[in-house]
Amino acid sequence: MESIAERQQEVIEEFSLFEDWMQRYEHMIDLGKSLPLIAEEHKTDDNIIKGCQSKVWVHASLEGDQLIFTADSDAIITKGIIAILIRVFSNQHPKAILEADTNFIDEIGLKEHLSPTRANGLVSMIKQIKMYAVAFQTQLN
Amino acid sequence: MFDVTKIRADFPILSRKVNGQDLVYFDNAATSQTPLQVIDVITDYYCRLNANIHRGVHKLSQEATDAYEGARKTIQTHFNAAHSHEIILTAGTTESINLIASGYSSLLQNGDELLVSALEHHSNIVPWQMLCERTGAKLKVIPMTQEGTLDMSAYESLLNSKTRLVFVNHVSNALGTVNPIEEIITKAHAVDAKVLIDGAQACPHIKPDVQELDVDYYVTSAHKICGPTGVGMLYGKETLLNKLPPYQGGGEMISTVTFEKTTYADLPHKFEAGTPNIAGGIAFGAALDYMNNIGFETIASYEEELLAYATNKLREIPGLKIFGEAAKKTAVISFNIDGIHPYDIGSILDQLGIAVRTGHHCAQPIMDYYQIPGTVRASFAFYNTKEEIDRLDAGIRKAIEMLQ
Repeated sequence: MESIAERQQEVIEEFSLFEDWMQRYEHMIDLGKSLPLIAEEHKTDDNIIKGCQSKVWVHASLEGDQLIFTADSDAIITKGIIAILIRVFSNQHPKAILEADTNFIDEIGLKEHLSPTRANGLVSMIKQIKMYAVAFQTQLN
Repeated sequence: MFDVTKIRADFPILSRKVNGQDLVYFDNAATSQTPLQVIDVITDYYCRLNANIHRGVHKLSQEATDAYEGARKTIQTHFNAAHSHEIILTAGTTESINLIASGYSSLLQNGDELLVSALEHHSNIVPWQMLCERTGAKLKVIPMTQEGTLDMSAYESLLNSKTRLVFVNHVSNALGTVNPIEEIITKAHAVDAKVLIDGAQACPHIKPDVQELDVDYYVTSAHKICGPTGVGMLYGKETLLNKLPPYQGGGEMISTVTFEKTTYADLPHKFEAGTPNIAGGIAFGAALDYMNNIGFETIASYEEELLAYATNKLREIPGLKIFGEAAKKTAVISFNIDGIHPYDIGSILDQLGIAVRTGHHCAQPIMDYYQIPGTVRASFAFYNTKEEIDRLDAGIRKAIEMLQ
């Protein structure tokens, strides 16, 4: 199985092909459409990530020793961002998620193109994913 | 003769590029841009005048004091207050409201009623909720209508002998509705209630006359009127301000201090503890001078033209719905596109160099009323152009194409 670092490298290479913001955004919008959607019953206030202007729900569950993420958002660009994060972090061991570096966000030019409010949302999403990893890591021990 | 090209040359920021494109600044309701005439005053203050005011015997302090007090007079004249000491310089609208809310802590009792309009910014809701928690007074809401106006007959039936204070914005920040504050004030006074008007969104477009309005408290911020951030004003009737206890304790606001007893300074200093934002206050005056030189009637009629042009243009976009369609509104268009989150529209527009606001605009009750997560808000100023509105129109169409 691919490591988080390998997946990040893949995303970086994928985004490096785009020449302008419009292509990058169109790709993010496409990714948003392919997001593994959260089940309706998990779309609860507890699963909402604070710090985003749009609503973002993230749910995590354990399958064996792997953490599986599903998510949704009412804004499509936000959905694209969370889809990238899930692609990198889902189906990984909580320990690997905890230890993962998240600098790839800068390298795909997302942070530079995201306004501070959205960037904060991005930070909150990563924080939430890591929180889930902490919780499930404890469960595995 | 109003020449927008000449006006635009006063605003250096308008010629900058954003994301590789010419900036289109349509977030004027959040903050206005600053002309050279105001920037120069700030620079001049720090280059030539910088000193603490009201206490130094030296020349710099005297000149800085004169400039600061001169600005207070300019503000007094602009709002036609009866006395310059009725103008309290604050950090802005929010602080002005909190100052009054704090003052009424000792003047209200359990069972008193306060009325707030459904169209308010959070800064004209939360301080009153906190005041109610402290005093046991009750906050009641003047409801809104589908067009984004206030339900005036509901307002009348809410007024009674227990009503002590009424809070309404002159213009709604989220929708641009101009509220009938003359009528609101007259009816409140009939039951002996006092009225605070939040003028933050009105002052860039309208020149209020506080004596003619007979308003008890009127508050606003300089940064919406081409001035700097961090400074604003509270106008209050002299008799009312004299009855309010001081807001913050400190230097400047005292008459004499001993450990046994301290006496407070007279208006306006009683409410101006500590060293104020001196450069900001002076620049506030300069900003009003700048706007008055252009003339508020000229500004209003040009902005009306922009609003009509934009409204007609944007209405043609399939799926676009405008929120706030009061007969009297300022140059603000709050809208959504069917099936698209306002945030997505705002993000694409940003990439195209167009600055708008998205979200609930610090007026969540309005969004709850319409049952929407927020809107995209384009707010215009006298330095904007029809060509920029054309770019907004094209930008929205581009965003829809990408997002659908």
